[in-house]
Amino acid sequence: MKLLKKVLVTAAVTALMTTTAQAETKRIALVVKALGIGFFEAAAKGGEEAAGEIGDVELIYTGPTDTTAEGQIEVINSLIAQKVDAIAVSANDQDALVPALKKAMQRGIKVISWDSGVAADGRMLHLNPSSNALIGNMIVKLAADHLPDGGDVAVLSASATATNQNIWIEEMNKVTDQYNGINVVATVYGDDLADKSYREAEGLMKSHADLKAIIAPTSVGIVAAAQAVSDAGKAGEINVTGLGLPSEMAGHIESGASKSFAIWNPIDLGYSAVMLANSLIDGIEAAPGAEIPMGRMGTLTLDDNSEGAMADPFVYDASNIDDFKDIF
Amino acid sequence: MLIRALKSREMILALAIAILIGLIAMQFPGFIAPDNLADAFNDTSPLIILALGQMIVILTRCIDLSVAANLALTGMLVAMINTQFPALPIPVLITIAIAAGTVMGAINGLLTWKLDIPPIVVTLGTMTIYRGLIFLLSEGQWINAHEMSDSFKALPRHEFLSLPLLSWIAIAITLAFIVLVARTPLGRAFYAVGGNPNAAVYAGIDVGRTQFLAFTLCGALAGLTGYLWVSRYAVAYVDIAGGFELDVVAACVIGGISIAGGVGTVIGAFLGAIFLGVIKNALPVIGISPFAQLAISGAAIIIAVAFNARSSRRKGRLILKHEEAVG
Repeated sequence: MKLLKKVLVTAAVTALMTTTAQAETKRIALVVKALGIGFFEAAAKGGEEAAGEIGDVELIYTGPTDTTAEGQIEVINSLIAQKVDAIAVSANDQDALVPALKKAMQRGIKVISWDSGVAADGRMLHLNPSSNALIGNMIVKLAADHLPDGGDVAVLSASATATNQNIWIEEMNKVTDQYNGINVVATVYGDDLADKSYREAEGLMKSHADLKAIIAPTSVGIVAAAQAVSDAGKAGEINVTGLGLPSEMAGHIESGASKSFAIWNPIDLGYSAVMLANSLIDGIEAAPGAEIPMGRMGTLTLDDNSEGAMADPFVYDASNIDDFKDIF
Repeated sequence: MLIRALKSREMILALAIAILIGLIAMQFPGFIAPDNLADAFNDTSPLIILALGQMIVILTRCIDLSVAANLALTGMLVAMINTQFPALPIPVLITIAIAAGTVMGAINGLLTWKLDIPPIVVTLGTMTIYRGLIFLLSEGQWINAHEMSDSFKALPRHEFLSLPLLSWIAIAITLAFIVLVARTPLGRAFYAVGGNPNAAVYAGIDVGRTQFLAFTLCGALAGLTGYLWVSRYAVAYVDIAGGFELDVVAACVIGGISIAGGVGTVIGAFLGAIFLGVIKNALPVIGISPFAQLAISGAAIIIAVAFNARSSRRKGRLILKHEEAVG
């Protein structure tokens, strides 16, 4: 009798404890490269959607005010102090964030990177918006599609140390040979500043008289380059393409400075990042080969490096820009 | 007289710019084409306007680190007004831009004057506040090219005598400043306050009020530049002109405006801005690595300042001498 009572009490207490643990809100931090960038604002929307769907998740959308690794480290340290349950970060630097993120993992915080990755020992998994090879191929294909006879193209990147930019450009260079006559003449860096990118684009037009296309795999760069091409009266002559947001590029598609560009859906990306973080909090192991559920986006299959790709990039041009420009 | 003119800092800086352009032309001959030089000048115009505003602030022994944030906030403000009320005429928007900039400058000035807070602290604070306000105002959204009206974007691009209006505005403000600084009591007061504040008081100049006016004028110019910047690059977001305040201060320092106050000329600030503008415009076309680019612009600034420090051992134009010197 006594024993039975003891067992029952223990069971009740355990049940109570588990229910309280479940009822407690999970706090997931979505850390972006910098606040106030359209792409990340859209990702935050997706994150909110995921949080709403899961129910007991509080989303903390945060990041530094400029795109520096130091700023992100401060943000991460403060999140550790707040004892959040998971951190999902788009990194400004592949290596600089590792010590801070390791500290977070030691405190039991689940850490994933998304969009721009962190070195393997600084996170549990990395969510690529698409596969790097597909993006690299896509950006040069976008330029080549409008250059049947080939021609000179140049790349306008963000900063020279941006992880994702460098990988895409590397992948692009691997496949450029497959496109007839496409010749990459220069790679320049606009540091994701509108004025510097504009100047770099002007410089490209001046130093390469036969330039036919500018590939800018960055949302700040592509807008600035398109504006520089319009201002130089070369809209239609030089095609600005790469990765951009429909809302930011709508005017330049209309003016003809850009014929087409691509982007994955940042809303889906933010959504998937939060879903993955939630799956890890719920106890799913992130190991090579694992398949981790991410809500309506299906599952993410991890490779040997614990990385996975969300979806193919999507091409926007004059035919579909109006459907998307008000969304993100 | 001629020799003195040749030895003046402005003349040396002008020569340095000429040599610099010559060196660049050896690498990339297209740089000295008149079209290209006009482009580079146009690109440097916002820096010139801001450097002139900063110059008078520095003359009064103050510094304004909030100019770029002021520019960005005003730019966002007028861009948002333009998207909401596309029919509003552009002169009205420019007036709003100047007014908003003036208010922000006046806040800096008032805090410095009435609360006696060091200007570097005041403007460091307002810099962050203004940037934060942009975020609150825009909720992190961008204002993009297709949302702005065509007339909004057209004004700085409007060509007159084959130079865009943006360049003419910079030239007009430079000329106005030459008159202001050399020919008006206020202009002389800027020098007097910076040269020797104690003596300035005895000469009947209100030091705080003069500093306030310098900040206000600087803010007005930043506001005007805010409209010009946003309409030229056809995009407004939180980070526009990020870190630009340092370029502005660098242009002043290169131009021989003494950080200690009281010394400097309009032409100096103008040439200092041109010097930085030439470097910024030349680096993309002469094809050197982006890492070397950073080092080169930094080195150019230090060389110019070291040079200035050497030549400024000769006493500058103090119009009110130190008490010791007088008596």
